[in-house]
Amino acid sequence: MHRTLSLFLKIWMTLGYGFLYFPILTLVVFSFNASPQVTVWHGFSTQWYGSLLQDTVLIRSAFVSLQVAVLSATLAVVLGTLAAVSLVRFGKFRGRGLFGILTTAPLVMPEVITGLSLLLLFVGLEQTFGWPKGRGILTITCAHTTLCMAYVTILVRERLADMDLSLEEAALDLGARPLKVFTAITLPLISPSLVSGWLLAFALSLDDVVLASFVAGPGSSTLPMVIFSSIRFGITPQINALATLIITGVAMSVGIAGWLMHRRR
Amino acid sequence: MIHLPSKLRRFLSTPLWATVAPYGWGLLFCLIPFLIVLKISLSELKMGLPPYGPLVEWVEEGLLVIRLHLGNYTFIGTDSLYVLSYLEALTIALISTVTCLLIGYPMAYGLAKASPSVRAPLLMLVILPFWTSFLLRAYAWIGILSPHGLLNTALIKVGLIHQPLVLLDTHFATILGIVYCYLPFMILPLYASLEKIDSSLLEAAYDLGARPFQAFWQVVVPLSLSGVISGSLLVFIPAAGEFVIPELLGGSQTFMIGKVLWNEFFTNRDWPVAAALATVLLAFLLIPLAIFQRLQERQVRLFNA
Repeated sequence: MHRTLSLFLKIWMTLGYGFLYFPILTLVVFSFNASPQVTVWHGFSTQWYGSLLQDTVLIRSAFVSLQVAVLSATLAVVLGTLAAVSLVRFGKFRGRGLFGILTTAPLVMPEVITGLSLLLLFVGLEQTFGWPKGRGILTITCAHTTLCMAYVTILVRERLADMDLSLEEAALDLGARPLKVFTAITLPLISPSLVSGWLLAFALSLDDVVLASFVAGPGSSTLPMVIFSSIRFGITPQINALATLIITGVAMSVGIAGWLMHRRR
Repeated sequence: MIHLPSKLRRFLSTPLWATVAPYGWGLLFCLIPFLIVLKISLSELKMGLPPYGPLVEWVEEGLLVIRLHLGNYTFIGTDSLYVLSYLEALTIALISTVTCLLIGYPMAYGLAKASPSVRAPLLMLVILPFWTSFLLRAYAWIGILSPHGLLNTALIKVGLIHQPLVLLDTHFATILGIVYCYLPFMILPLYASLEKIDSSLLEAAYDLGARPFQAFWQVVVPLSLSGVISGSLLVFIPAAGEFVIPELLGGSQTFMIGKVLWNEFFTNRDWPVAAALATVLLAFLLIPLAIFQRLQERQVRLFNA
């Protein structure tokens, strides 16, 4: 009976991983197809990678996306870490319940709701205060920071909850100020989750199409927005080539993050 | 060491310095936007930019008039297109959540039971798609499911079918896409809860004569319930408002509410109705969101990364 259970689990997991990876694999394989047809193999070619370099719209949008991703990942790590510390270490304070909702709800909130509400906020702000003038990188960054902050808050909060309190207590007993304790002890100990939080936030920002579509202005299309508008008209091997590059980048950063997390144990 | 005045010391040890920035951010970019959505859902469609009328107006003779326009809500409630879109979105989200759970639970259980040396790389293989673009992963299915796609070509070559099956632009494709994209969101919290279960509890059950299935059902499943609930919520809530997947894979027959809201906003440019649609969707999701928040308060693990 024991053996049948573990055999069942093994088969199930093989099928499950196959399900997770087969579609990604098809993207990668057909990005090297010589023919523009995505479903029939016509020999090996790297022409689609070459044509990516000549697509100026794509390259410009990639730069927009990279700027937004770096800015919002950095902001999200700062804000998310502060939020997590407040939630785990400060006990009960007035307004904590609302604080918990505001910092973690964007994680599950349907993107169309978040996107619409943020756009209406920016429009309202511009009408009332004249700021932000129009929409672009700034507004997309604010939107992505709000989303990514929720992920970072949860990642760091889980790490903080695992952490032994005695080190911090000892430092406090020896007369260190709370701020000093935070920078000298807490921060180094949670640094692996800060790195993986940053990378996750970067990946999320680089992938988002819904929030960006709501809050982007003319001329500030992000890479996913350009990809989305082109795949609505069907599949092209050029997008496959781009997808392969993005997936490789993500795999490398997951590898780095995983290695960092593994090393700490 | 500098001796600070006690008042300053107390100030530095209060939550204030760390909390104020994320709190302010949350209020500005999370709470206030929802209040604005609520406000605009109660206003009238107008030509111009922004395309909605004011709620509060000074009328002559110093009369302040507050006009709450409920027409957007009655419009949504009486138009069967909107009612059906909500039903369809909730049904598809529910079916996808259950499917994710059925596929994900044995995988998470297998992960938790795997020997430590293979567990880390296997876990990494679940996290990798979780980090990889939703957009590109949904896109991959177009190439597989389309009439001349991989699956139809393969089935015709094998001789199982003669005409290509209609797979793309169906509810089936939408559910498949959602299950595929959200599966890691189900597996990670399930794994986090299953990994914590003390194996001696299972051994005790065996010693007391429980058969493997019985031990699993009566010991493991109840202990992993928090993972089941948080995984299900992580799939169900965002899936109910999903736009990208039904847009790419669902075709013109799929009317999930996220898609309808998008079209109302971008195609019809009717901001008040879009805002009312968002408010009603949020109202449907209020209970799941409250449960999610309750789990957060109890610090139930989601990622355990």
